[in-house]
Amino acid sequence: MAILNLVQAINQGLQQALAEDDRVLVFGEDVAADGGVFRVTEGLYEQFGETRVFDTPLAESGIVGLAVGLAAYGLRPVAEIQFLGFTYAAIDQIYTHAARLRARSRGRYTCPLVIRTPYGGGVKAPELHEESSEAFFCHMPGIKVVVPSTPSNAKGLLLAAIADPDPVIYLEPTRLYRLLKEEVAEEAYITPLGQARIAQAGDQLTLIAWGSMVERSLKAAHNYPVEVIDLQTLSPFDRETILASVKKTGRLLIVQEAPKTGGFGAELAATVAEEGIMSLRAPILRVTGYDVVTPLPLLEDYNLPSEQRILSAIEKLLSYP
Amino acid sequence: MARETIVQFQIERLEILNPLGEVDSELLPPLSDTQLLRLYELLLLTRLADERALSLQREGRLGTFPSSLGQEAAQVGSAFALNSRDWIFPSFRELGVFLSVDYPLANYYRYWSGDERGLLCPPELNIFPINIAVGTHLLHAAGVAMGARYRSDPAVAVVYLGDGATSKGDFHEALNMAGIYRLPLVAICQNNQWAISVSRTRQTAAETLAQKALAFGIHGIQVDGNDVLAVYRATAEALERARTGGGATFIECETYRMSDHTTADDARRYRDPDEVERWRDKDPLLRMRRFLENRKLWNESNQTQLEDRLRQRLDLAVTEAEAVEAPVAEDMFRYTCHQLSSRQLEQLKECDDGHP
Repeated sequence: MAILNLVQAINQGLQQALAEDDRVLVFGEDVAADGGVFRVTEGLYEQFGETRVFDTPLAESGIVGLAVGLAAYGLRPVAEIQFLGFTYAAIDQIYTHAARLRARSRGRYTCPLVIRTPYGGGVKAPELHEESSEAFFCHMPGIKVVVPSTPSNAKGLLLAAIADPDPVIYLEPTRLYRLLKEEVAEEAYITPLGQARIAQAGDQLTLIAWGSMVERSLKAAHNYPVEVIDLQTLSPFDRETILASVKKTGRLLIVQEAPKTGGFGAELAATVAEEGIMSLRAPILRVTGYDVVTPLPLLEDYNLPSEQRILSAIEKLLSYP
Repeated sequence: MARETIVQFQIERLEILNPLGEVDSELLPPLSDTQLLRLYELLLLTRLADERALSLQREGRLGTFPSSLGQEAAQVGSAFALNSRDWIFPSFRELGVFLSVDYPLANYYRYWSGDERGLLCPPELNIFPINIAVGTHLLHAAGVAMGARYRSDPAVAVVYLGDGATSKGDFHEALNMAGIYRLPLVAICQNNQWAISVSRTRQTAAETLAQKALAFGIHGIQVDGNDVLAVYRATAEALERARTGGGATFIECETYRMSDHTTADDARRYRDPDEVERWRDKDPLLRMRRFLENRKLWNESNQTQLEDRLRQRLDLAVTEAEAVEAPVAEDMFRYTCHQLSSRQLEQLKECDDGHP
């Protein structure tokens, strides 16, 4: 086993998917000779050639719409959108078409595509390069939303997303790209979609996070009896793991980077309120980004949930008897 | 140093059959008498099936319906040139295309009565679902065209759009890609002069829609869209170009929407009745009939017999469409994704247990 960071783990997953299945095509802006602006696709164009790995014109809606056609034809397109903030130009294709092709054609056509895109803050990047808008996609029936948090699950979830018969949005936490390194199994493997991971076991408080907030939550919680659930897949999310944990701990904290109002944490909180409230000993708390336009680098540390903010929420919840 | 013209472009317009039924015999495509008669039959079938849909709608037996009246030649002439392996990406006003490739008319009627099952394409055809979102489907055609080429499949992706769609961003993104990747794609634009109430001159200041192809580096041509032979010929040439590696073509079929946008619209609010009358003289069926009569291939008695036969076919399609059992709640859920989530399964149960 080699020690890989997230970029290397995703690159290895793409390389293995391309090698194993000739239906897999990788494309997007600057993914070929340049290897992607974060080098996630480095070396793939050289190894597989321009029919398998190719640059597109600068057209996000076009990239996703092209992927819809390729997927319907029977291929497995893996499209890169350079930053999550640029998927806004492609939302029509994602929601109007990718999400509902199976339904509109009554199952005659399906849309097994993957849209990979870096997301999230903490990397001092320009405007629209640090968005965390995952909740949009979770509100689209027919779309799966996957957010890895470690090199290992980045590779396994990517391969699961490519194998999945339906469209998947795969959000890569930019802040963790080169921050985390760990041993990653050399062979191709799948981390199942729709299943959460217990990142830290505990019995006094359930903390749910995803993507880059998992790393920060683990730092904040490591000296506390907190069960940290790494959601991994947001849609469909693993209700059973959450409810079982809350039943055990009686306290729930949700940490998300996105703005609070209408964020995916709200869905989790509502679910526990509907189905697990009798287990709760304390109010459900959320630590989130604020309801502000994603700030530029000089202000971003005020907005991103910090270790200290998470810690304060943990201590507040644990103070309930 | 100099200021000079570095490149010049030209746009062709193709007309073969004029409103009087006269043809340019040099341009006449090599079609047998049987094929010429078949073209006329499809034009008439489209007109009668359209007329029937409007009357069903008035009786409350069909939902909102977009009429194809006046555009039959653009639809039939193009679809007649396709083979069964080609992929079709319709917009929402292509009754004549569906009929020309033998899509079950009962399904077409069912879709417009609000039943999604009407979009289930038979296995021997490749027709994408009717696209209500204007212009977005050109990209799907580009994707399928790229897939076909990747698999060395001789299929061509044929996409139908209107003049309004040429204003959408996806139109430009798709045809730009079709040029860059030299895709086997044919875009057939029915320029029917009106996008609901907005006229063609308010969609673009360009003199023709066909010239938009030039900016993408693909072939573009304008045809008389009410001339079924010109549309057929232009489409056949474009398909041949696509199949032989010559890349994509954009065909502007200049036609006219003789009807309202849909049954929910009243075109008298925004357009001049004289304009409609002028287009009536260019009727696509009339000129084809005159052409066949001039060639002694058609007469009044043939016409009566064909109309009777087609009306019987329509009766059967309506009966078949109306005999289908109503969809059930499960139909809403089952095609959302390949495997329903635990929450969707609970919702399905809740829905099944209750009443609409």
